[in-house]
Order: sequence, then structure tokens, then C-alpha cells
Amino acid sequence: MQSKLSGWSKAYLIIVFIILYAPILFLVMYSFSKGNTMSNFHGFTFAHYQTLFHDPRLIQIVLDTLIVALLSSLFATIIGTAGALGVYETRHRAIRQTVLSLNNILMVSPDVIIGASFLIFFTMLGLRLGFISVLLSHIAFSIPIVVLLVLPRLNEMNASMIDAAADLGANPWQTLTRVILPAIMPGIFSGFFMAVTYSLDDFAVTFFVTGNGFSTLSVEIYSRARQGVDLEINALSTLWFLVSLLLIAGYYFLEQYNQGRKTKNRQQVEAVIK
Amino acid sequence: MKQGKLFYYIPYGLWIALFVIAPVVLIVYQSFFNIAGHFTLSNYATYFHSGVYLKMTFNSVWYAFLITAITLLISYPTAYLLNQLKHKQLWLLLIILPTWINLLLKTYAFIGLLSRSGSVDSFLTFIGIGPKQLLFTDASFLFVATYIEIPFMILPIYNAIAELSPSYVNASRDLGASGWQTFSRVIFPLTLDGVKSGVQSVFIPSLSLFMITRLIGGNRVITLGTAIEQHFLVTQNWGMGSTIGVILIVAMVITMLLTGERKEKGRTRHAK
Repeated sequence: MQSKLSGWSKAYLIIVFIILYAPILFLVMYSFSKGNTMSNFHGFTFAHYQTLFHDPRLIQIVLDTLIVALLSSLFATIIGTAGALGVYETRHRAIRQTVLSLNNILMVSPDVIIGASFLIFFTMLGLRLGFISVLLSHIAFSIPIVVLLVLPRLNEMNASMIDAAADLGANPWQTLTRVILPAIMPGIFSGFFMAVTYSLDDFAVTFFVTGNGFSTLSVEIYSRARQGVDLEINALSTLWFLVSLLLIAGYYFLEQYNQGRKTKNRQQVEAVIK
Repeated sequence: MKQGKLFYYIPYGLWIALFVIAPVVLIVYQSFFNIAGHFTLSNYATYFHSGVYLKMTFNSVWYAFLITAITLLISYPTAYLLNQLKHKQLWLLLIILPTWINLLLKTYAFIGLLSRSGSVDSFLTFIGIGPKQLLFTDASFLFVATYIEIPFMILPIYNAIAELSPSYVNASRDLGASGWQTFSRVIFPLTLDGVKSGVQSVFIPSLSLFMITRLIGGNRVITLGTAIEQHFLVTQNWGMGSTIGVILIVAMVITMLLTGERKEKGRTRHAK
């Protein structure tokens, strides 16, 4: 393969990147415009940010969205980690495969199907649609990704550590909290991060299971966008974009740190062996 | 350890039973009930006999196919070129970054860009093409849907190309293959698994899009997703909505079988 890209190739990549980022930068730019529409920049202002911070309804929705994201991710991480531990200890191959296939159903199902089927489910249970139904749905669709991110860590873990802990007299609870959980912590953190992003990003499922009283940011933007452009939303987008960037940076550094730690451990082990 | 396993499976098993199995069973069950709550097969009869639903399904599949094809055409070269770059991991991260931004916000940006007297419209007027209706057209729907799906196509193809050993490409060149032959006989077949999983992760969501069809497509394109949403939340005909849902699940399974994991089969064969 040629190591240097030709001019055309470079141009092609640049165009792809411009198309990917133009809409986002466009939103950010117009959040500072004095006008009321997203055309012709009218001069710099923070007015839309001021409107945003004086809009108690929108702030409440942002807080609700964050609460749902954090709470659902917390529960999803706990249940997902338990699930990964369960799958890890299942030695029967067919059962293991079946459980993993069931786990992946929600990963591949279209959002509309998840939303519609959860709506039927909650209605049959007689659950009132609102905060609880949204929270339960978010927990439900975040669990599989946690399982998928924790399981490889468990498989990488040196299984003789568990035997060693048992030989040294640790009870199962101590083995879990002192040996297993510390070893798989990076996977658990990645799972939590992914669950947060899944929750923050979801629109379709929430749209189905949210009642009249409760709204998340995605649903709110949807109903506002149907009425046309409102630069307050641009201001909100900009802030959201910054938060996303922070989350990604956090996730990226966590991964880098884990990678670094893994190679360091390996080097230490190799040094001991030599 | 046996006890531990049971302990772990209590919350997780409960989740599988309540939120994976029950909803699928319920949507199939619901599809056999009409709007008055009587058990009937009429939903399926309506679906297959009235041309409207079949036409809508065909349309939905056609648009999902177009979106997937355009996305693939743009993504394959991008993934290939990304692999030639120096800090390729960083560039890949930049490709994935937009997927972390809320879908609604991206769609909203396009409403601003494409609307009347929006920026694209002003630009077209400026270069002399004149103002055009951009929002609420099939083209804008295709464009925005493609935009949303591109990173999901690039990622698996990128990984497949990254795994491809350069010695195959060198061998092909040494043996006198032209650039096109190397691509069509060596590179593309060896990265086909990446293409398949990309197609899978774009085609299925494209069938079920419903928000973009309304905000950008102005409901000119009715996808299976839009139809389900309409039946559940607007006309409240859950039975018909579930029937279309079952059709969508069947379409999903077919797509997954067609783009299926040959790799897995290969692996079990090796094990034997």
C-alpha cells in the first residue's frame, strides 16, 4: 500500500469530515447569532443562553434527563455486571449461548419495536406512564451493552486468582468484592459510560413510553422542532455538545489508562518470569 | 459456586424474562387483536390484502436499500483511506464522535440548514440556482438518513480493513494484478464480513426510522417505523401496529440471516 495519500484521496476525506461536522458547527455558530433563524449571522450575542437559563421548564427537563441517565445507568450496570458474572460461571455451552443470544436481542431490535412492545407491557401491568416507565425502559435497553463490556474482562481475568482466594479462606462475598470486582472494574466503568450515552441519546423508546407529564430532552426537542427553529435549542445543543465531548474524552482516557495498565502488568509479569 | 450463579441470575434472569421475552411475546400476541379487543386474524388479512400496507412495506425496504447503498458507497473509500493515515485511531475517533451527539440535535440542525431561507437555500440563490424547496423532499430525507448512518457503516469496514494483512495486497501486486483486480479479487472479498455487519447495522435502523421521516421527509416517505408509531400513538390501533411490528421483526431476522455471521460457522467447523 502506498504510504502517502494522493491529493484526490485527501480531498475526499476532507469532504467527508466537513459533511460530518458542518451541521454540528452550524448549530453551535448560530447559538451566538442575534437573529431568530438559522440563516444570515446577525452578530454575536449570549442572549439565547440567557433565555435558556431563565427557562425553568427546559432546565427541569435537562435535570430529568440527567437523573434518568445516571439512575438507569447505575441500575443497568449493577444488573448487567451480575448478568456477566452469571454467564461467566455458566459452563454449559448451549445455555451460555442461549443467554447471550437473549442478551443481544435488545441490541439489534429497532427502537420502534422496543418502544412499542414496552408500551404494551407497561399498559398490561397497569403502570402509569411517566418517570418510572421511562426509567425502567432505559435500564432495560442499557443492560445488554454492560454485559457485553464486562464479560471480556471476566474472561481475561486469571481464574486461578479465584481458587487462590478460596484456598486462603475467603468466603464467596469476599472473593467477589476483593478479587473479582477490582479485576473487572474497567469493564464496569466502560459499561456505565456506554449506558449513560445510550440513555442520553435515546429518543424513540422514550417517545413511546413517556406519558404527558414527563419529558426528556430528546422528546422535548422533537416537539419544539416540529414548530420550527428556536435558537434557544441551539444554545442547548452547544452545551450538550460540550458535555458529550467531555464524556468522550473521559471514556477515551479511561480506555488509554486501562490499555496502559494492561501492558504494564504484562511487562511486570514478564519481568518476574524472566 | 452454584449458589453464586443463581444469585447472579436472579436480577439478570428477571430482566431477560420481563424485558426481552415478555415484550416480544406481547407484540406477537397483540397482533392478533383488533381495535375492539377481539381475537382475530384480520390484521394480517388486512396487511396482505389491502395494497396500501404492502406498498408501504415495499417503499420502506426500497428507501432502506437506497440509504444502505449510498452509505456503503461513501463509507468504503473513507474506511480504506482512513487506514492509510498516520494517526488512524484518532481519525477514527473523530468519525465516531458525531454519533455521540443526540440524534434529535443533528436532525434539528438540518431543519435549520435546509428550511426555506435557510443557509443552503441562500447559498443556492447566491450561486444562481434560485430558491428551492429542500426540506420535506425525498432527497433531503435520503441525505439526512445517510448522514446519520455513515459512522455506523465506516466502523465495521474500517476494522475489517485494519485486520487485512498488507502482505496479501503486496502479493497481489507482485503477481501482476492491476489496482482494480487487487481490490475486487483480494481486498473486497477479504473485508466482506465488515461490509456485511455494516449493512446489517444500517439497513435495520433505516427500516424503522420514524422521526426523520416526519421532521425532514415531511411524511412523504412512510417507513415501517412511521407506520408503527402512527398506529400506536395516533390512531391507537395497537393490533395493526403490532402486526406491522411483527413484519418488521421478520424483516430484521431475514436481514440478519442474509448478512449472517459466516465467521461463526467457520469457527465451529474448525473446532470440529
